[in-house]
Amino acid sequence: MTSVLVIGAGPAGLAAATAARARGAAVILLDAADALGGQYWRHLPAERPAADERILHHGWSRFTALRDGLEADAGCEIITGAQVWAIEAGADAAPTVHALIGPSDGGRRRGRSFTPDAVVFATGAHDRTLPFPGWELPGVFTAGAAQAFAKGERVAVGQRVVVAGAGPFLLPVAASLAQTGAKVLGVYEASRTSALLRGWLPKPWQLLASAKKGGELAGYVGSHVRNRIPYRLGRAVIAAHGNERVEAVTIAALDADWAPIAGTERRIAADAVCVSHGFTPRLELPIAAGCRITGDGFVEVDTAQRSNVPGVYAAGEITGIGGADAALAEGGVAGHCAAGGDARDPELRGTVRARDNAGGFAARIEAAHGIRPGWPAWLGDDTIVCRCEEVPYGRLRDIADHTCSSGLRSLKLSTRAGLGICQGRVCGRTVEQLLGTAGGAEAVSSDRRPIAAPVRIGELAATLSPQEPTEHVQGKDTNV
Amino acid sequence: MAARLLPFGDDRARPHQPSPIEITVDGVVAAGVAGQSIAGVLLASGRLDWRRTSSAGAPRGLFCGIGVCFDCIVTVNGDRDVRACMRRAADGDEVLSQHDTLPEVTA
Repeated sequence: MTSVLVIGAGPAGLAAATAARARGAAVILLDAADALGGQYWRHLPAERPAADERILHHGWSRFTALRDGLEADAGCEIITGAQVWAIEAGADAAPTVHALIGPSDGGRRRGRSFTPDAVVFATGAHDRTLPFPGWELPGVFTAGAAQAFAKGERVAVGQRVVVAGAGPFLLPVAASLAQTGAKVLGVYEASRTSALLRGWLPKPWQLLASAKKGGELAGYVGSHVRNRIPYRLGRAVIAAHGNERVEAVTIAALDADWAPIAGTERRIAADAVCVSHGFTPRLELPIAAGCRITGDGFVEVDTAQRSNVPGVYAAGEITGIGGADAALAEGGVAGHCAAGGDARDPELRGTVRARDNAGGFAARIEAAHGIRPGWPAWLGDDTIVCRCEEVPYGRLRDIADHTCSSGLRSLKLSTRAGLGICQGRVCGRTVEQLLGTAGGAEAVSSDRRPIAAPVRIGELAATLSPQEPTEHVQGKDTNV
Repeated sequence: MAARLLPFGDDRARPHQPSPIEITVDGVVAAGVAGQSIAGVLLASGRLDWRRTSSAGAPRGLFCGIGVCFDCIVTVNGDRDVRACMRRAADGDEVLSQHDTLPEVTA
């Protein structure tokens, strides 16, 4: 029997596991969190059930159907609390996957290694947040943090909250905050009307084909009107102010390249600010497996969602930021093909069509909301760029100049940017862009992290003990 | 003004009545409800920061909320560097804030 290991239990991973099971493969589904659903279907924990949780989510019944189907299926082993920390590329075979299983960052996790016939990476994406003066102050959050705490805990991260950045994600974040009792003072979208029209207006029939998106959008508009949340285009939070915590933000109008327009600054008192300028795919595992990455920074896949590495598939946001519908469809294709199916199989026709129709969404988001080159104009010399190592913009530039560093590897060593505990997850793309090393000849990106998550030495030593199981084991594992 | 937990009676999602839990943070009791993350308990108890950075000694708390940024790390029951946003709080957890200073450089 073919064995398929799926990493990530968001929309793409759940769909992949389900499709692989439908084709008869033995499936193991891993996720680092202790619940299924990923960030999109981040929900209240089992200890806190809610009668109407569906009102907090889109596609909730799709989620519960996928989850319940997999949980009831003895042929699918679900392992939550599974932190994959290394991928060992195989020669002409799927890679070996090493995970630590147990409570997050705990000291007594159990090591397990997997050698499946095929791997589906469905590791998703996280917020890309551009730096601005004061973004390291407590009270500045990513928009994803606000969403995670609103949906997963019913905690509003502040009481007077500004939402800012770029992209359609700002809308559900504002809606969730309002639903959790926060006063959302405004949503500030950096892109101007012209960019939004450029991204969203062409080929409107493609959008109509994705009717769910229209309904979702209408819901957010309704929420914004109901909660009197202003939505302003061509504006950004260019500074956060406060002593030890956020007390106010400065908002400015931006030109088409996102450079602030002098004289438009306005200060607003707020106790929280939630910022997202798009998403960064979580690529460390595909890169460690040897997957080819496209010029714009996503895993390269063919029509079967297959990467260039034998037995390795990718689905969801790591192949392009296209939203949950695209992720579900890609996952369906990836799981089916990883289990030995073919993308041309008749039973996959609807899924392939859904995948191909959803393809335009990522390009629209990029055209409408993609980061424009003028934003560094809102940085000051003392603006922190790398939060972990506290490297300010001026020092980053000076050190790079004085050391004549070329390429990302030498720049990281000379400036220390990206060398802290987050390993460049937050600042990596920004540093590449600010220092002009993006897509450099060195072919080193900040997403190359051979150790994909911090590991304790003791845990590492324990994983080397020979009695650790490496075979494909059936059954449930929910010891977290 | 701070983060707050939506009172369950006000929640349109109609959650069941939550079970209370208590953890200690640097020896001080913080009340939460079962299923919350440690970061959630800290935020909802009125704390916005619980760590100082090594080089500037600046306050930090939650930033990314999904395990990416490591800004929110704490020591939990003796385990260092636990992401408070990723770990569910358990009744009786002993949480310590971390202020890791840089090593002294000697000539």
